[in-house]
Amino acid sequence: MPPRTLFEKVWDAHVVTAPEGQSTILYIDLHLVHEVTSPQAFDGLRAAGRVVRQPLRTVATVDHNIPTTPRGLPITDPIAAKQIEALQKNCREFGVPLFDMDSADQGIVHIIGPELGITLPGMTIVCGDSHTSTHGACGSLAFGIGTSEVEHVLATQCLPQKKPKTMQINVSGKLADGVTAKDLALGIIGRIGTDGATGHVIEYSGDVVRGLSMEGRMTLCNMSIEAGARAGMIAPDDTTFAYSRGRRFAPKGKDWDDTVAYWRTLASDAGAKFDRVIEIDAATLAPFVTWGTNPGMVVAVTARVPELKSFAQEADRRAAEQALAYMGLNPGTPVEEIAVDRVFIGSCTNSRIEDLRAAARVAKGQHVNPKVRAMVVPGSQAIKRAAEEEGLHRIFLDAGFEWRESGCSMCLGMNPDILQPGERCASTSNRNFEGRQGRGGRTHLVSPMMAAAAAIAGHFTDIRNWRFN
Amino acid sequence: MQPFRKHSGVVVPLDKVNVDTDQIIPKQFLKRIERTGFGEFLFYDWRFSGNGEKVADFVLHAPRYAKASILVAGKNFGCGSSREHAVWALADYGFRAVIASSFADIFSNNSLKNGFLTVRLSDEQVAEITRRAEEIDGYELTVDLEALRVEDGRGFSASFAMDEFSRHCLLNGLDDIGLTLQHDAGIVAYEAKHPVGAEMKAILAR
Repeated sequence: MPPRTLFEKVWDAHVVTAPEGQSTILYIDLHLVHEVTSPQAFDGLRAAGRVVRQPLRTVATVDHNIPTTPRGLPITDPIAAKQIEALQKNCREFGVPLFDMDSADQGIVHIIGPELGITLPGMTIVCGDSHTSTHGACGSLAFGIGTSEVEHVLATQCLPQKKPKTMQINVSGKLADGVTAKDLALGIIGRIGTDGATGHVIEYSGDVVRGLSMEGRMTLCNMSIEAGARAGMIAPDDTTFAYSRGRRFAPKGKDWDDTVAYWRTLASDAGAKFDRVIEIDAATLAPFVTWGTNPGMVVAVTARVPELKSFAQEADRRAAEQALAYMGLNPGTPVEEIAVDRVFIGSCTNSRIEDLRAAARVAKGQHVNPKVRAMVVPGSQAIKRAAEEEGLHRIFLDAGFEWRESGCSMCLGMNPDILQPGERCASTSNRNFEGRQGRGGRTHLVSPMMAAAAAIAGHFTDIRNWRFN
Repeated sequence: MQPFRKHSGVVVPLDKVNVDTDQIIPKQFLKRIERTGFGEFLFYDWRFSGNGEKVADFVLHAPRYAKASILVAGKNFGCGSSREHAVWALADYGFRAVIASSFADIFSNNSLKNGFLTVRLSDEQVAEITRRAEEIDGYELTVDLEALRVEDGRGFSASFAMDEFSRHCLLNGLDDIGLTLQHDAGIVAYEAKHPVGAEMKAILAR
C-alpha cells in the first residue's frame, strides 16, 4: 500500500462502500446533537417513519441558547425554551442520551466530547455545527453538517461523501511567550484567507503542533473551519493518549492498550502526499487581534489597522472598507489604542481549563477597567468545577469579571448574552462576523490572555509586556 | 426533495465577498423548530434597521429586483456556520440558485439537500453577470442543470461543472437517505465488525 496520510487512514477505515460513480458511504462513529440544528431532523425521521439507527452513537446536549445565569432559573425566552423542550422530547422518544441543562456533564458540545472520552482518536465524528472540527485535535475526522445531513446520520449512521483534498500545515520553530494556539490559528487564517482551505482537510504537524497541549490543539483545530477547511486533524500521540486515558467513556484495561496500539498506527506515513503543503515559521507569529468582520482580517497587536491601499484586489479593498465602516475604525489606528467596552472569555474555541488558567494568571490581583464589562463563561460544568477547585473563579470575581454557567453564550449570542449596537468586544471566540455577538456589535478575536489584558487595560495591549502578579 | 432541472429568472446582484451564513440568516431566527418561514428573515440585518424599518437602498428592496430568483454574489459565499437555515431562508424567499466564484463546503452540501443550486463560475463571469444585472432592467438568466449552462439570451453563456452524482440526485430530486439505505447490508456488515464500545453502552445507565 502506498504511504497514506492520517486523514486517508481514518477515511479508509470508515468506508462502508464506494459504489462506482456515486459518493462514498462513510460510517459515522459518533453523532453529536444540540438543540438548534436538530429539531427539523427529528421531525423528518418521524414524517418518514424512521428511527435513530444507533442511539448509542448519538449524544446530545443543550448549549447554544441556554442562559448562563444560575441553573434553575426559568428560561425567559419562550422560543428558546421551546427548542430545548423539543430536544428533550426527541431524545426521550428516540432513545438518545442527553446531557441536559441540569446535568453535571452539560457543556458546549465540542468541549464535552473529548472531556468525557466520547471523542477518541481515529473516529469519524459529525455534528450540526461547523466547529465540529475541534474534535480533530484527538486525531479524529470531525466535520460540521447541515440539518438534512443530521437527519441522514440519525437514520443511517452514514453519510454519502466526496473525498476531500488534503492540506498539511507544518509549523516549525517555537511559540514565544504570550503567543498561543489561538494566535497560531489566527496567523494561519490571516495568511491563507477564510477560503484558503475550502475543500480540504488540514493536518497540522511540526514541532510547534507536537508541543501543544490537547487544549491548544483543540483551539487550533476548532478554527480550521474559519479557513474554510472541511476538517482539521492532528495525529494522536502520547499527549493525546495521556489526555484521553481514564476518561469516563474511553476504553479501559486491555481494551485501552489494544486501542492505543491501533491509534499509534494512524500518524501519516513518511512520504505520504498532501495536495497542498504550507510551512509556517512560529517566529513570524505574534499575539493577534482581528480588526475586521472575518477572521482573516487580522494583524499583530503591535501593528496598525491596515490602510485600504494595502489591498491589491478591488473586491478585498471594498470588503475592508465595509468592514472598517462597520467596526468604526480608521485605517492607520494603532491596535493598542483601540478601547473595548466588553470582554468575553469563553466559546468552544477558548473556554477550557487551560484557557481559564491563562486568563486568570493575567487577571490575578488586577481590576477590570471601570469602563469595561467582562464575562468568563466556562465551556462545561466540569471545567467550571475544576476552575472553582483551583480558585480561578475567585481571581476572576475579585478582579471584577462575571463568572457564569457553561454554554455557547456570547460567541453567537443566541441566549441573552449579547452586545448592544456599537459596543466593542475583545472576544476569545471564533467569528467576528457582522452582528455575530449582537446586532451592531463589534468583535475583535484574541487569545484568552489578550482578552483578560484588554479587560484590565480597557484597550488592547501586548501581553508580552504584561506585568504578572 | 424538489428536483432542479432548468430555471429562468430575474438576477439580483449582491456585490460582496465572503457572505457568511450569519448574514444570510441571523442567529435570532434559528430558534424556530420548523423548516419553513425563514424567508422573511433573509439578510435581516441588511434589509432592516435596528428599529425594524426597511433599509431602502439594500439591493433586494429595489423594485426591479422584486421578483428575483437568482442571486449572484462574490467569492466564498455561505462561509461560517453550518446552519441549513441559510438555504431554507434563500429558498423560502423565492431563490432557486446562487451564482458565485466559490462556495463554502457545508453551504454547498446543504444546498444539494434542498434542490437549491450553487453555480460556480469564474470571477470574470460573475463580474459580467453582476454588471449586466445592474445595468439591464429585468435582467434574466436561465440556469440549465441538464446542459450545465448559464445563459441570458443576450450573448452571455457559460458552462459550469458539478459532480455527476450530485447532478443526478438534483435532476431527479432523489431522497438520499433512501439511496444510502440501499446499502443497508453493507452498513450492517460494517456495524458487526465495529460494535459500540462497552463504555458507551453505559451512557444510558447514568
